[in-house]
Amino acid sequence: MFGQSREVQQTLKFMSLEIRNLHARIASNGTEILKGLDLIVEKGKVHAIMGPNGSGKSTLSKVIGGHPDYEITEGEILLDGTSVIGMEPDVRSRAGLFLAMQYPMEIPGVSNANFIRAALQARLPEGEELEATDYYANLYSKMDGLEMDRKFTARSVNEGFSGGEKKRNEILQMLMLAPKYCILDETDSGLDIDALRIVAGGVNSYRSPKVGMLVITHYQRLLDYIVPDIVHVLVNGRIVRHGGKELALELEERGYDFIREETAA
Amino acid sequence: MTVLDTTEHPANESVNTTGPDFANHPESFRATQQAAWEKFTSLPMPKRTDEAWRFADTRTLDISRFGRAEAVSDATQAMLVKLSIGLEHTSGQMTFANDRLLSRHFHGDSLNAKGVLWLPLEQAIAEHPELVAKYFMREEARIGSGKFAALHASQVRGGMFLYVPRGVEIALPVETYHWLSGENASLFPHTLIVAEENAKVTVLDYFANASECPGFVCGVNDISTAAGAKVTYVAVQEWNRNTLAFHMNNTTVARDASVLTLRLNLGGARVRDEAVSRLRGPGGRSDMLSVNAAEGAQIFDQRTLQIHEAPNATSDLLYKNALNDTSRTIFTGLIRVDKGAHKTDAYQKVRNLVLSDEAEANSAPGLEIEADDVRCTHGATSGALDEEQVFYFQSRGIPRRVAQQLVTFGFLSEVFERIPDAALAAHLCDLLHGKLG
Ligand SMILES: Nc1ncnc2c1ncn2[C@@H]1O[C@H](COP(=O)(O)OP(=O)(O)OP(=O)(O)O)[C@@H](O)[C@H]1O
Ligand SMILES: [Mg+2]
Repeated sequence: MFGQSREVQQTLKFMSLEIRNLHARIASNGTEILKGLDLIVEKGKVHAIMGPNGSGKSTLSKVIGGHPDYEITEGEILLDGTSVIGMEPDVRSRAGLFLAMQYPMEIPGVSNANFIRAALQARLPEGEELEATDYYANLYSKMDGLEMDRKFTARSVNEGFSGGEKKRNEILQMLMLAPKYCILDETDSGLDIDALRIVAGGVNSYRSPKVGMLVITHYQRLLDYIVPDIVHVLVNGRIVRHGGKELALELEERGYDFIREETAA
Repeated sequence: MTVLDTTEHPANESVNTTGPDFANHPESFRATQQAAWEKFTSLPMPKRTDEAWRFADTRTLDISRFGRAEAVSDATQAMLVKLSIGLEHTSGQMTFANDRLLSRHFHGDSLNAKGVLWLPLEQAIAEHPELVAKYFMREEARIGSGKFAALHASQVRGGMFLYVPRGVEIALPVETYHWLSGENASLFPHTLIVAEENAKVTVLDYFANASECPGFVCGVNDISTAAGAKVTYVAVQEWNRNTLAFHMNNTTVARDASVLTLRLNLGGARVRDEAVSRLRGPGGRSDMLSVNAAEGAQIFDQRTLQIHEAPNATSDLLYKNALNDTSRTIFTGLIRVDKGAHKTDAYQKVRNLVLSDEAEANSAPGLEIEADDVRCTHGATSGALDEEQVFYFQSRGIPRRVAQQLVTFGFLSEVFERIPDAALAAHLCDLLHGKLG
C-alpha cells in the first residue's frame, strides 16, 4: 500500500489489523454503507480517520467489532492474520480488539466495577477467579491516571454519566482490558478542554510497539494530543485519501468538498 | 437447598378429603378448624372466568394427589437443621419440617424481652388462645383464594407466632425455616406477626424442600400493626420445581405504622402469591415488593390489593419479574381508595424483563378510587434484553450468557435497595446470585 515489499507485507499481516476490500450493508434494509474499504493498522502505529457525517466511520468500527446490525458482503477483516468474520463480538474482544464507542451504552443495575471485572473474568481460564484486591488496585490506579472519581466504580455503567464522563469511562475500560488494537470513535466529542488533555494522556500512555490504534475524529484538535502516524479520509464508504498529520490541518481549513471534488474528478 | 430425602412416606389420603388436622390443638381452635373445613369443602374450585384467576390455568389446580405430611426421620431432621443457614446475625431461628418444630434457638436476649412472645404456632394456640384468636386470619380472603385460605385454617399446625409488645424493638431479624419432605406431601406454614404500638421487628421466612419430590404448600403470612409499629417481612421462596404453592398475605397498617414486605421467588413449579395491604390509619405506609426470577416452566401468579381505608396513607408496590425459557408470570393488582381516604399516595409498578420469546408476562394493574385529592399511579412495562446493551457487553469480551445474567441481576436486585438493613439486602443479593449463577 505504501510501497512496502511483499516480504514486509507478509510480516505485517501478523502484526496488524487488516481490512481488505470491505463491503458491508445494513442487515435490516440492505443499504450498503462500506463500499470496498482498505486499511491496515499496524502495531505500534496510530491511524486517524476523518470524514463527513454519515460517511461510514462508526459503521466501520462496529463492523470490525461484529455488530449484528451489519452484514459483510465482501472482503476480509484480519486480526493478526486471522479472519474475525463470523466470530461473536465477545470472542473478537478477547482476541484483543477494543472499541471505544461514539455513543457508549448505559447499563442500569450493573456497576462499573462489576462490568469491568466481568470483562476481565471472561479472559481467565474456566474455574479461575479474578483476584479482587489486585483488581481494585489496578482499577483505582487507572482511574487516578484519568482523574476519575472513585464513585464511578459503584455507579451503574454510564447511567446518568455526562457525555465527557462516558468517554473517559471508555478509555478506562480500554486501559483495564489492555487490547492489542483500539478503535476510538470520536472519543474527543463531549470532552472539555482539560478532559481532552487528560484522556489523550491516558491514550498516549497506552501507545506502544505492541498496540495499534485507529482514532476516528472530526477535529484536528485531538490529533494535536494524540499525534497520528497516518491520516485517512473516509468518504461514502471508502478511504479516498491518506496523508500525514498535515492532512488533518488541511481538512480543518478547507472542509471535505475539495476531496469530494477531486475524487469525483 | 435440597438434600436427598431418606424418609419413607406412607401413602396418605388426599388433603382434599381427610378433614381438619386437629393436631394437639385445644377444643376451641378445633371448632375454628372444623368451620374452615366446611367452608373449604363448600366453596367451588377457582375458575378461569373468576376475575381473580384471570390468565391462570385453573384446570391444573387439582390437589387431590397431595396428602398429609408425616414427621420426618431423625437423620433428615438433623440434616435439615444443619441446612437452615440464613443471616449471620439474628435474634433467633426456628426450623420446621413438615410443619413440626425441629429446633428453636435464641441468639442474645431480645426475644426474651418482657412481653415478647416468640412461639411455635401450636404452642401459642395452646398457651395464648385468646391472643392468637384476636389476630388469626381475621381478614377475609379478598383476591381469589378463599377456598385455599379455608383449607389452610383447617390444616394449620406449623409456623410461628411473634408478638412484640408496645415500644419493644427487636434489633436483629427473626428467622423461620420451613422444609417440606416426602412424596406428594402437603405443608401449611403459618407466620403471624403482631407488632404493638411503636414496636419494631424484622422477620424472614425461608421455604424449601428436602428433596425433588412433588409437594403442595398452602401458607399464610399475616402482619398486624398498632400505631407507629415498624415491620419488615421477607419471604425467601425456594420450593423445588415440582411444588405447587399458595402463599397468602394480609397486612394491616395502623396510624403511622409502616410495613415492608418482600417476596423473593426463586423456586416452585407454580407459585401463587396473594398480598393484601390495608391502610387503616393516617400516616401509615405499606411497601409491597416482589422479586421473581422465573425460568424453565415456572409459573409465578401474583395478585395484590392495596386498600386505603384511612386518609393520608401511602402504599408503594414494586414487583419485578425476569422471565427466561418458557416461564410465565401473571400480575393482577388493584389499588382501592375508599371514600374519605383523602390525600392517599398509592403506587403500583410492575416491571417485566422477558428474556425469551417463549416466556410470557401478563400484567393487569388497576385503580378504583372513591376519594378526592389522591395521588395514584400504576403501570406495567415489559421489555426484552436490549441488543445494543448486549453488544456493548460483548464488545468488552463478556459472553451473551453472562451479559444476560448481569442485566437480570441488576434489574431484579434494584428492588433490594428499598431495604434499609444493608446486611439483609446483601443476603438477598447472595440468594438471588445463587439462582442466576
Ligand atoms: N443500524 C443502522 N440502521 C440504519 N441506518 C444506519 C445504521 N447504521 C448506520 N446507518 C446509516 O449509515 C450511514 C453511516 O453511518 P455512520 O454512523 O457509520 O456514520 P459516521 O461516519 O460515523 O457519521 P458521524 O460522523 O456523524 O458519526 C448513515 O447514513 C447512517 O444513518
Ligand atoms: Mg460516527
